[in-house]
Amino acid sequence: MAMTGRPAAPRGTGHEVDEDRRRFLGTAALSALVVAPGVSLLAFAEGQGRKQGASARTRWGLLIDTTKCKSSCTACVTACSSYNGWKNEGRPTDPQWIRKVQVTDPETGVSRSVPVMCQHCAKAPCVEVCPTGASFKRADGIVLVDRHICIGCRYCMMACPYKARSFVSEEISGQKPWAPRGKGTVEGCTLCVDRIDAGQVPACVQACAHEGGRAMTFGDLKDPASEISRALAEFPSVQLRADLMLDPGVQYQGLP
Amino acid sequence: MRAIHYREIDGSGGFWALVGLLALLLAAGLTAAYFMEHIGHIITGMSNQVVWGMPHVFAVFLIVAASGALNTASIASVFGRVAYKPLARLSGLLAIALLIGGLAILVLDLGRPDRLGVAMTHYNFRSIFAWNILLYTGFIAVTGWYLWVMMEQRLNRHSRMVGTVAFLWRLILTTGTGSIFGLLVARQPYDEAIMAPMFIVMSLAFGLAIFILVLMAACRAGARPLGDETLMRLKNLLGAFAAGLLYFLLVFHLTKLYEAKFSGAEAFILWRGGPYTVLFWFGAVFLGGVLPMLLFWLPPMRRSRAAVGWGSVSVVVGGLALVYDVVIGGQAWPLSIFPGMQVSSSFYDGVVGYYAPSLPECALGLGGCALAVLITLLALKLLPFLPETLADEGN
Repeated sequence: MAMTGRPAAPRGTGHEVDEDRRRFLGTAALSALVVAPGVSLLAFAEGQGRKQGASARTRWGLLIDTTKCKSSCTACVTACSSYNGWKNEGRPTDPQWIRKVQVTDPETGVSRSVPVMCQHCAKAPCVEVCPTGASFKRADGIVLVDRHICIGCRYCMMACPYKARSFVSEEISGQKPWAPRGKGTVEGCTLCVDRIDAGQVPACVQACAHEGGRAMTFGDLKDPASEISRALAEFPSVQLRADLMLDPGVQYQGLP
Repeated sequence: MRAIHYREIDGSGGFWALVGLLALLLAAGLTAAYFMEHIGHIITGMSNQVVWGMPHVFAVFLIVAASGALNTASIASVFGRVAYKPLARLSGLLAIALLIGGLAILVLDLGRPDRLGVAMTHYNFRSIFAWNILLYTGFIAVTGWYLWVMMEQRLNRHSRMVGTVAFLWRLILTTGTGSIFGLLVARQPYDEAIMAPMFIVMSLAFGLAIFILVLMAACRAGARPLGDETLMRLKNLLGAFAAGLLYFLLVFHLTKLYEAKFSGAEAFILWRGGPYTVLFWFGAVFLGGVLPMLLFWLPPMRRSRAAVGWGSVSVVVGGLALVYDVVIGGQAWPLSIFPGMQVSSSFYDGVVGYYAPSLPECALGLGGCALAVLITLLALKLLPFLPETLADEGN
């Protein structure tokens, strides 16, 4: 099986019980290979923290102030790549969960370096078009791919207006337990869902704060007191391809 | 009208040689699929820029042609034109064979073809793709049912009712196929509702062209008479479909040219796109529409059988060019994430996507075509699909 990793175990209540249960299930799977697919699906469902975590009372979002983002800085890209275990070696088949796009206004010459990743749309076209439901949106707005039911049809890649998804075209190694990846399936930014479930910020946001220009603000868009909501209230921001009315969770300030 | 007698085709040496050749092509396609699955799509020309390649071109062409191949049967059963009745069984058979060929390619090009069971058991009903899975499998079932009532004398009286179901089903099916592209609002070369009816007209032309070619080949190989009247009737219909397709292409591109947001994508397809522009004008427009009409209707060739054959070949080649232009050209044009801005990135933003078909992709596509022909040939050999004679009345 191409897939080797699973998302991190959900934190909090029931964690120890889950560990025991997993050990038991692991033994059972070895002795009864026929039930293996069902077992791994169960483990995945628990790993996503679907039971305990995602709540519609929260909408995770990201605000990127492009005036603070330097063209020469790739801290967010490097952090995402090393945390989630994907590599870009410059080939057109290589995955890029996040990239820096140099955007220049041809009239004024104003230019900005803009990090682009999955925009975690409220009305995500990738979720709409996915035939099996592998592309899905959590209650808290994070858009993910269930690698267990992704058939690799790539229709989500055709539908995404942000080119945010990549297809795994070859055998890969070095997967991280919290970022399952596998040949023949589609992948993209998870907003570091495992870190969010653990109460941390996404890897790109952390890297930007420590090594970059502090251009990224992460938080709950539904909480008026959150840093992101206050920043959004203070300065105008835009959503990419706002004309499509997809209501992305990622917003930008200072675009040319 | 005289009684129609159907008979299986004879299995001469040439027949089995053709079967052998097709089996080889099919084996090559399956081998390609094996390597694509085990090594990965890295061995294809596809990338994160052009995610659907040559297999999709063949698959979409065959699936679109499949619904069109049912035309002849529909004209006989639904619209009551008795002259087409002797051709109805072959029409239904071709529809099923072409669809199976196209679906086989589509499934084997999946990143995880081993998860076909997942695709059949997990449905997201907001997805037109999911609907298409049901529409395609349903089409095979409905057309099979239709063939049964046509071939079983006791059930013949139901053929109009079942034929109507199959006809409506095929219209919905091709609407679904066109909508796979038409509903992609993110990509400027698509994003038009007119793609759904345009795909229906494409299906009418491609399906009938293949039907004519198979009919001419089968009658010639089996020394069965094929009357001029029958052939000329089909030819005129194909000419009308080719003209209809040109009309839809005209309206499609005029509509897009009128909207400023599409101007870049339109310029790419219509005059600045290199091979995609050539494929559009020379392939889709000239070979797919203009040349067949000239061959069919220019006075010196009006009664020429060779012109009918070459005109049909031209529709097929032009059709493949059009589907390539739609599927690949539509993806090659970069997404407009920052409208009006100049963009560049390590992920090829703002750059026309590069794509060159690889050998495994072509082998898989041709393997699917071989499967469709193989199914047709073996069915013709095993069951009475083809009339003993299609000579004109009175001959």
